[in-house]
Amino acid sequence: MQRIGVFVCHCGTNIAATVDVKAVAEALGHEPGVVISQDYQYMCSESGQELVKSAIREQKLTGVVICSCSPRMHENTFRKAAASAGLNPYLVEIANIREQCSWIHKDIATATDKAIILGKAAVAKVHLNTPLSSMESPVVKRALVIGGGIAGIQTALDIAEAGFDVDIVEKQPTIGGKMAQIDKTFPTLDCAACILTPKMVEASQNEHITIHSFSEVADVKGFVGNFTVKIKKKARYVDETKCTGCGLCTEKCPMKKVPNEFNMGLDNRSAVYIPFAQAVPKVATIDPNYCMMLRSGKCGVCSKVCSAGAIDYKQQDTFIEQKYGAIVVATGFNPINLDKYDEFAYNQCPDVVTSLELERLMNAAGPNGGTLLRPSDKSHPHTIVFVQCVGSRCDDEKGKPYCSKICCMYTAKHAMLIREKYPDTEVYVFYIDVRTPGKNFDEFYRRAVEQYNVHYIKGMVGKVTPKSDGKIDVQASDLLANEQLHIDADMVVLAAAIEPDKTARPLATMLTTQMDTNDFFTEAHPKLRPVESATAGIFLSGACQGPKDIPETVAQGSAAAAKAIGLLCKNSITCNPCVAHSDELMCNGCSSCEKVCPYGAITYIDKEFRMPDRTTKVRRVASVNPAVCQGCGACTVACPSGAMDLSGFSNSQIMAEVDAICK
Amino acid sequence: MQVNENFEPVIVAFCCNWCSYAGADLSGTNRLNYPTNVKIIRVPCSCRVNPMFILRAFQKGADGVIICGCHPGDCHYTSGNYFTRRRITLLYSMLDFLGIERNRTRLEWVSAAEGAKFAATMEQFTADVKALGPNRRLEDLRCRKQ
Repeated sequence: MQRIGVFVCHCGTNIAATVDVKAVAEALGHEPGVVISQDYQYMCSESGQELVKSAIREQKLTGVVICSCSPRMHENTFRKAAASAGLNPYLVEIANIREQCSWIHKDIATATDKAIILGKAAVAKVHLNTPLSSMESPVVKRALVIGGGIAGIQTALDIAEAGFDVDIVEKQPTIGGKMAQIDKTFPTLDCAACILTPKMVEASQNEHITIHSFSEVADVKGFVGNFTVKIKKKARYVDETKCTGCGLCTEKCPMKKVPNEFNMGLDNRSAVYIPFAQAVPKVATIDPNYCMMLRSGKCGVCSKVCSAGAIDYKQQDTFIEQKYGAIVVATGFNPINLDKYDEFAYNQCPDVVTSLELERLMNAAGPNGGTLLRPSDKSHPHTIVFVQCVGSRCDDEKGKPYCSKICCMYTAKHAMLIREKYPDTEVYVFYIDVRTPGKNFDEFYRRAVEQYNVHYIKGMVGKVTPKSDGKIDVQASDLLANEQLHIDADMVVLAAAIEPDKTARPLATMLTTQMDTNDFFTEAHPKLRPVESATAGIFLSGACQGPKDIPETVAQGSAAAAKAIGLLCKNSITCNPCVAHSDELMCNGCSSCEKVCPYGAITYIDKEFRMPDRTTKVRRVASVNPAVCQGCGACTVACPSGAMDLSGFSNSQIMAEVDAICK
Repeated sequence: MQVNENFEPVIVAFCCNWCSYAGADLSGTNRLNYPTNVKIIRVPCSCRVNPMFILRAFQKGADGVIICGCHPGDCHYTSGNYFTRRRITLLYSMLDFLGIERNRTRLEWVSAAEGAKFAATMEQFTADVKALGPNRRLEDLRCRKQ
């Protein structure tokens, strides 16, 4: 006979305000098998858990139902409490009467009725719960970091520091990411390259770190502690082990008209190239779209001048396969494409640039050697207009609904740097709001306004029109003065919204992690588990999770590393015991389950059965490997004879819940 | 058909643990209201929902059953929701055969971030089932409340 205890939580007033908890406890007390039914202010508190534990011991309970918040919140808390009182943790069921009842309903009578039904369903289920014990699965002591920007580098360095091997997979020829393109950083105005490049070198020299540059993740299999990842090393037509990075090939290459993506296409590079001087690894890469040798077979200059003999025109994409215990995603961001923003004339006028392009224009390693000149006629600009929120905080299809977070600060930085270097230049900033939360951020913005006399104007820019004399007419409204403005600008800088990298979506599919509607990776809990994805063993670092500035990115990179280290430190992890199992007597060996299993967890074994007439017969039956099974339940539905069932979510348990709800 | 204003349908919602159950939690966290008629059963994946469960619900007196899973391509178990989609498509023709309106069963993709979509979907589905009226076709009369 079952002895079930029901515990109804008030959650302060979160539940008690709309659900009559005493009535719920009373009603569930009359359910068959329930021997004790109590309510308490905070069931998850120390004393609340003690209430559950003492009831388990005193009443010799065989099952526990907690009517409280979502099982995603406190299932583990109560399972642990039950285990410490000697009850198998899988004999605990949660009825979610907060997120799925009290918080969404206003009428006390109907909400209480619903809470009682949810409680009854949980009681009906717990009647059929069976004690389960977890298996252990070994952890591969190696981590993979996808993306080699500042987030990925920081994560890899921290994991390596703890003594574990880390691989960085970077799709570009060099690590460094967006930070390598940035000139100065706010709010300290220190040089981005000066603080980033030592970290890049540190990563390349660390014995625990392997950098796979110009590579992509092609396939991910497995589960926490035991992922198998296929990495595609794209052909760079240069032997990485031989190239010394001398750069002679890039000088001699006759094809010099290739848009330089590192400088945002503002100048040209050669077909064989090293992205920038401090690239890591400092190895040349041949761009097959422009290389004359690869396109037409006529040239071969680089191969002739390379004294190391590193050029290999016949190189092919190669694949390597490696096992990892943990994976950190650090795929970063990109500014959005501004093709749809005709009103800002971005595609019509070379002097309308994005902020990242301005960053390159002002950089000493940029196209103009650090002198700010107009891209069109290389003249010195005297009036510069900054337009904020281009595509950010946008409620139409063109843009993004979120705030890109970093634009207010980098615009203040740009404005300040320009006024510092060229005091004769007037700078206007058109904004919706100036958002400067962060340490020393508002002080920084105020310095731009008060000390550097940057003209901040609250209002939107309506239209940007290039004029025949080379000037740009900026038509805008000043909301505070309530007037229309026309500014004759020499340059216009657009603070384009940032969006997750395009590779993030297919990667999320491979990793079976969740994304939000804007393609940012979703964290396991928005407040309490910000660097873990909902998929065990996958961690999130940097702007792939949401817009972030550099300090936040580095902080999150280190946090993700700490979580990954926590996993890699373990020799084995406890597997989910809610896995499929097959009833060998009912299985007819049809292979239906094997075909639907996404993990290949089902194999067939020949088993000897004793027949009623005392003879034996060998039959082919399904056998589930519990260490590989992830418990999705696809096989349970595919099985025509009903032999497959899922522990923790068995056919009879779900049927019992259905019955209780429909009764 | 006359819509009975006082008719409160019984609706069973199967939600996958990774996307839709989290989406339902999110709509709770955001205090987005939807009718009390909807009672959620948590399953690891939408592919755990055996069509038998749906028929069982109708037999026991449910007026509508909704299955929610991750968006195609986003399944935590890689391919589970594709199985669900095929199974539910097949179930529709069986429901037609049994004479149960196919609008009483619905399959929806709700991600963990779509709390608002979850609430709106439940609101809409409840209204649709209400308009269909009580489900009596498959109901086991012995199960009916006295």
